[in-house]
Amino acid sequence: MAGTFAQPMNSPERGLWITASRDVKIGLRSRAELVQAIMFLVIVVSLFPLAVGPDEALLKRIAPGVVWVAALLSVLLTLPRLFAADYADGTLEQMLLSPYPLPVIAAGKMLAHWLMSGLPLALISPLLGLQFGLNASELLVLMVSLMLGTPVLSMIGAIGAALTLGVRGGSILMALLVLPLYVPVLIFGAGAVEQSMASIDTTANLSLLGALLLLGALSAPFAIAAALKISLD
Amino acid sequence: MTLTVTGLGLTRGSRQLFAGLSLQVEAGEALVLRGANGSGKTSLLRVLAGLTGADVGELRWNGEKWTVLCAGQRATALYLGHTDALKDELTAAENLAEALAFDGVTLPPHEISSALDEAGLAGRHQLATRRLSQGQKRRIGLARLKLSRKPLWLLDEPTNALDAEGVKLFSGVVESHLKRGGLACIATHLSLAINAPIHEMSLGDAA
Repeated sequence: MAGTFAQPMNSPERGLWITASRDVKIGLRSRAELVQAIMFLVIVVSLFPLAVGPDEALLKRIAPGVVWVAALLSVLLTLPRLFAADYADGTLEQMLLSPYPLPVIAAGKMLAHWLMSGLPLALISPLLGLQFGLNASELLVLMVSLMLGTPVLSMIGAIGAALTLGVRGGSILMALLVLPLYVPVLIFGAGAVEQSMASIDTTANLSLLGALLLLGALSAPFAIAAALKISLD
Repeated sequence: MTLTVTGLGLTRGSRQLFAGLSLQVEAGEALVLRGANGSGKTSLLRVLAGLTGADVGELRWNGEKWTVLCAGQRATALYLGHTDALKDELTAAENLAEALAFDGVTLPPHEISSALDEAGLAGRHQLATRRLSQGQKRRIGLARLKLSRKPLWLLDEPTNALDAEGVKLFSGVVESHLKRGGLACIATHLSLAINAPIHEMSLGDAA
């Protein structure tokens, strides 16, 4: 009888993989939502040169802040869907009940979210930087800072999304909760690009972003797991 | 295998759903929960699954105490609730494969297909789930039950939206699960034709 119900070994890596691959698969099926965040970033960033006028020096000075704030808002735009759809159709409940540890599943969801929001934003950012007249090395720093910073945005955002799950008017509450926590990422990210424009060594800011990333990767899955348990009770 | 519940109590808001509730289910037995709407059947099943923490009382599996959502509970209990837990974006076959993956079961595609066939979904494996009827969605759940290796089934109104033939199919799936030595707690208002030891429990009036 023990054989009938023998449980296969459930390695955490497998839990991470099945969660992330599932979310990416579902995300690619609803491509419109995927494109929305990127379009939002492109449009918001393109509005600034139109509004400010063709003052090259001014545009270049505001470029790091503009691209970073727009990227942050576009990640924020994607957060409400992170858990809400799975919550509504009951699949989130089933994930909670799976033999895989919940923090592993939370990490998988964050990874998939970053792959479909932060990563495309970072990859497209050099094109946006060109509009502001950034040179090659500045564009590289912009992209690297977004590569390091957007996963942190996904992590902090996922905690906020998990905490406000099922709350009426949750997305506004989540923005209020999450935006202040985004401030350090914004400062270090935009700061790195500004430093590269002033030809100062950018390692300090990029290292701080990397440190935030490590800290988030180690702690966020547990925070999300705890928040999900509370939200689903 | 034994599921033992002692002194379970749960209050929601000002309403006491149950108090001092004790029960025991042995391997090969089913517990059928009866009761009016709102009598706490769903809440009891959610407590057994670990989705809700009880105010008082304890759950034991083979004498081992379960804390809410502990590893033992997650490896043992399979909970099917009111929602079908299916993604509209995925096909029937993909949904079944994903659900099983999260149960810790990986199966080759032909086993997934044959389970869907047996559940009455032949020719609909690759159909997007949003195109399936409510009853057909439930049948994906039936296929999942068939393939799952978890010993304790917690089923909340599993026959909802199923036709007569579907109910018969469901009874067969539960019966073979019990014959294998599995356990089941089922909240339903139907009388199931299952050839296995069944205990009935009424909620609402007793508490």
